[in-house]
Amino acid sequence: MCLAVPGRVLSTVEVDGTLMADVDFGGVRKEVCLQYIPDVTIGEYVIVHVGFAIQRLDERSAEETLANFERLGILAEEFGDGLEQAAQQQDLVEGAGR
Amino acid sequence: MKYLEEFGDPEPARRLLDEIHAVTTRSWSLMEVCGGQTHSIIRHGIDQLLPDGIELIHGPGCPVCVTPLEVIDRALAIAARPDVVFCSFGDMLRVPGSGQDLFSVKSAGGDVRVVYSPLDALKIARQNPEKEVVFFGIGFETTAPANAMAVYQARRLGVRNFSLLVSHVLVPPAIAAVMESPTCRVQAFLAAGHVCSVMGTSEYPPLAQRYKVPIVITGFEPLDILEGIRRTVLQLESGRHEVENAYPRAVREEGNTPAVAMLRDVFEVTDRTWRGIGAIPLSGWRLAEKYGAFDAERRFDVSGIRTQESSLCRSGEVLQGQIKPQECAAFGKECTPRKPLGATMVSSEGACAAYYTHRRLELVDAT
Ligand code: SF4
Repeated sequence: MCLAVPGRVLSTVEVDGTLMADVDFGGVRKEVCLQYIPDVTIGEYVIVHVGFAIQRLDERSAEETLANFERLGILAEEFGDGLEQAAQQQDLVEGAGR
Repeated sequence: MKYLEEFGDPEPARRLLDEIHAVTTRSWSLMEVCGGQTHSIIRHGIDQLLPDGIELIHGPGCPVCVTPLEVIDRALAIAARPDVVFCSFGDMLRVPGSGQDLFSVKSAGGDVRVVYSPLDALKIARQNPEKEVVFFGIGFETTAPANAMAVYQARRLGVRNFSLLVSHVLVPPAIAAVMESPTCRVQAFLAAGHVCSVMGTSEYPPLAQRYKVPIVITGFEPLDILEGIRRTVLQLESGRHEVENAYPRAVREEGNTPAVAMLRDVFEVTDRTWRGIGAIPLSGWRLAEKYGAFDAERRFDVSGIRTQESSLCRSGEVLQGQIKPQECAAFGKECTPRKPLGATMVSSEGACAAYYTHRRLELVDAT
């Protein structure tokens, strides 16, 4: 949960007075709160932590980070089903070894 | 350099490592504060690529690990209530309390849900007005703005069946506590980048001055960590102790001003007990009085819980960098991710979990 992942803002919308965005994380899309970086524009990259954009990021480093996270399986971990991961934790870890 | 191939393009890593090797003339002990950095270091074998004298001491920066046992037990008691939907980040599910964990409460019929964002929990509260929806609000300064926003919105929208079980912790007081320890070996800090993305860098120069330690704000990817180490070693070798920002693409000096303003509105600083470590003065946040109605500890009577910590677990020493996980006799034996004795064995930022996942065969099977 401590991870922060860069993503690209696809669209923004106001819900109940709160600025929200549809953000693309290398193919995975999530609803993200933009209230802390309200002046972000569509197409810009932001660093997202537990559903909140906390800083802007330039496109090149965002894409590099996303590619690394994809390669290491970190995106699947971050956006996977947390409950299932907890349930499988023993088998995944026991099975992973090295 | 057996791990270099795991860097993707190994060239930039090799250049940074060459420079670190070239400038290092003696032994230095560096603490990476954040558990996310610990995992990156162990996963990529960064500690094994460094000059022999450079030791990375793993710090207390795993919020899941340091959430006090009594708060975990309170969470378990609240989650077991039939009128409650208990929402949490996934990492908390298998953290051992005195008797059980959230996952077993769920298996026994409790309504425990994993959410991606605290706003998801608020949504669940609005959709289920007949239920009490509680969110387990843990984390460092990076996570706090998200939890603060959920409470702020609950108050603004009048969502009365939502509350927060709060156990926030703060990095600067933890750095001070590490330096104040009589057994402290730490000579420099890699500070947690995303904490500074939110808070900015202004809290660190006084610490660097008072304790005469370099503090280098560092990112989480392997190249970021190598760059943080390079800058730290350069400072140590030249006798400087300054705050440097080695993660400028994500950290601005002033941090995220709207987020900091929200934090000041919703939370107030409080003393906090860190699991395994003990009380650290003014090291956490609790809800400010104005949001007291949204405090789950006030809403539910969860006093009178008797806590019992495992007598084998040495996670407190692990979290303070006093021992490495494999020096705990239970590591990989009585304690595995399947049957964890301490939170550091299950959290995705815990040092015991990092060593078990990435070093198990070298460590356990070698003994
Ligand atoms: S290996 Fe297990 S018992 Fe030992 S310190 Fe780590 S979590 Fe505690």
